[in-house]
Amino acid sequence: MRLQDAADALSCELLCAADGDRVEVDVVVASDGMSEILAFHRPHALMLTGLTNIQSVRTAIVADVSAIIYVRGKRPSDAVLQLAVEKCIPVFSTELGMFDCCGILYSAGLRGGM
Amino acid sequence: MAEKLLGCCFTVHGRDYDTGGATSTEIKSILNDLELDPALVRRAVVVAFEAEMNVVMYADEGHLTLTITDEDITIEMDDSGPGIPDIPQAMQEGWSTATDEMREMGFGFGMGLPNIERNSDSFGIRSEVGRGTSVVSRIRLDGHG
Repeated sequence: MRLQDAADALSCELLCAADGDRVEVDVVVASDGMSEILAFHRPHALMLTGLTNIQSVRTAIVADVSAIIYVRGKRPSDAVLQLAVEKCIPVFSTELGMFDCCGILYSAGLRGGM
Repeated sequence: MAEKLLGCCFTVHGRDYDTGGATSTEIKSILNDLELDPALVRRAVVVAFEAEMNVVMYADEGHLTLTITDEDITIEMDDSGPGIPDIPQAMQEGWSTATDEMREMGFGFGMGLPNIERNSDSFGIRSEVGRGTSVVSRIRLDGHG
């Protein structure tokens, strides 16, 4: 699935740095626990989280995720977004909660990788 | 005998959540510059990151040593923290002594040490209560542990 299609399915707002037409995602990792995300071995996953601190982006860097979607309408600070821009990680925000996001993306064909 | 290609030392400051993880992202850049297998780089950086965040959460200070030879990547973290009284218990997934503050930062769910071990071809840990903990992880470059 194109990243942009996943973002559209969740009515996401783009916060920084994305060419969603070119990025493909096929698996999702969803957690507020960063070590849960790090336990997931497949690179290029779409990361859903409600954690907006700097560690969310550092975890995305370490885990080689393709993009971050912050759930429940959360928005990271400018400093956090700046790091995402530097590392070319697209960042979105959606008003939907984690459960609804996972359900919608699962129905659209994406699968979890944990 | 393995030929040493690179050695670096980093200091990690405890309780500094803002810079926590910065060392690991620097290590990722170093490993990528060596054009190593991305899967090996990811494993090594997960090890470094989990070790680094353990220091941030629990210790006053830690010293991370990164050594790369033509055979393997070795990451060693020595901290001046409280030590671990029961290592087998600490190695169990889900077991944690984390505070609410640590969990609010996204860590402390009892996955850190198991993640380090899972990504290592060989793994060692020793600890002394009141003095600190040392963790050593070795990842073979040939991908066969």
